[in-house]
Amino acid sequence: KIATVPSAFSTDETPNSIEEISGYNSFYEFGLDKGDPAANAGALTVDPWAVQIDGLVDKPGNYDLGDILSGVTLEERIYRLRCVEAWSMVIPWVGFELATLLDRVGVQPSAKFVAFETLVRPEEMPGQRGRSLDWPYREGLRLDEAMNPLTILATGLYGEEMPKQNGAPIRLVVPWKYGFKSIKSIVKISLVEAMPQTTWNMQNAREYGFYSNVNPEVDHPRWSQASERRIGGGFFAPRIETQMFNGYGEQVAQMYAGQDLAVDF
Amino acid sequence: MLAQRINTALRAVPGWVIYPLALIPLLLLVWQTFSGALGVDPVKAIEHRLGEVALQLLVAGLAITPLRWATGVSLIRYRRAVGLMAFLYVVLHLATWLLLDIQLRWAEIGADLLKRPYIMLGMLGFAVMIPLALTSNNASIRRLGPAGWARLHKLTYVAALAGALHFLLLVKAWPLEPMLYLGGVVALLAVRAIRNGRRAVARTA
Repeated sequence: KIATVPSAFSTDETPNSIEEISGYNSFYEFGLDKGDPAANAGALTVDPWAVQIDGLVDKPGNYDLGDILSGVTLEERIYRLRCVEAWSMVIPWVGFELATLLDRVGVQPSAKFVAFETLVRPEEMPGQRGRSLDWPYREGLRLDEAMNPLTILATGLYGEEMPKQNGAPIRLVVPWKYGFKSIKSIVKISLVEAMPQTTWNMQNAREYGFYSNVNPEVDHPRWSQASERRIGGGFFAPRIETQMFNGYGEQVAQMYAGQDLAVDF
Repeated sequence: MLAQRINTALRAVPGWVIYPLALIPLLLLVWQTFSGALGVDPVKAIEHRLGEVALQLLVAGLAITPLRWATGVSLIRYRRAVGLMAFLYVVLHLATWLLLDIQLRWAEIGADLLKRPYIMLGMLGFAVMIPLALTSNNASIRRLGPAGWARLHKLTYVAALAGALHFLLLVKAWPLEPMLYLGGVVALLAVRAIRNGRRAVARTA
């Protein structure tokens, strides 16, 4: 069991079971079906693991995961996760604020965005042998979003090591954005000046914007975002209303003051 | 000749055997639902599986005539049951969406119907199958006349195309499966178009 401290940012909603969280995943590196990651991620080597941190930082380098984790206090953060496919879960992550890592490597004043990349290793990630997406999986945040205290790097679930299908050994969690922004199995973090390319935006820019904040008023072109189905509620569980910023508006809304979120979707 | 021998052997197999056979996927689904084999999101699994079987039956129904042209094997006696069972699966698929998925939230359903091409196509496919299901009986063939009945039942092409496009438009990225269904439908319609074109040329020549 990983030692963690509780967080004031945790929701008191009931978390989904570990079976639900680790058995129902979108992780196209391991296949397109929700059950594929659990079936295919076993072969992934997560130790040794290093994360290259580069770009506009004072201390760039190839950081070993142990090095990144040394000296950080791991917290339990129980967050809602809202998928762009209009389902949701509640997940007890183990992690630490991305800001603590960025502060450690020293973000230079010219940096405006953070770009992330997932591992590319087709011999262990069978989905990467096809071209379902343009590998590596890429994601990005604006610097203020990356520094927001809600934004964490997660290394575990339910007080245990991160299951491989959930993005072991280290992944991003950005709870006010659709799930695909929370990039898994990170090997590269770059501080950059220009808005980075992101995988789903490259795949279909009309449907997936850079921000991808949870927003019930801005529909995905192909489906409504007004409500969601909470996984695990049973067969007749009622749909629930989707909340602006997935219910995290108090912590994040001010970052978007003055922006038209129908344009910056 | 092999085709003739198959046709002769099939004479002993009545058309209605399709009904119990086509119910097998449904019974399997019911069993999987109660045994928990559908995973953590059974509603989506049921919805997708029902739609998938409906598409499979639609493609099977469309394949019967080209199969006879190509091989001489005639399965025409089974086609009505295939079509009616396709309609049953479409109805169950739609009912799952309305009751268990979107849960009769009419404002969202209305917005979906007006804004979402994949919902519109699904509804179009369902709508054109209603007259087909209602006229899938001998009395209707007599009433409409064989030519009129056959013309009406060309709506099957619309239903199959709408169903396959409905599937392709709702998935993320480009998975293989919906493309295979659409490819199958387009190929089976193309075979008809080519043959009808040739016959028209032969008539005018």
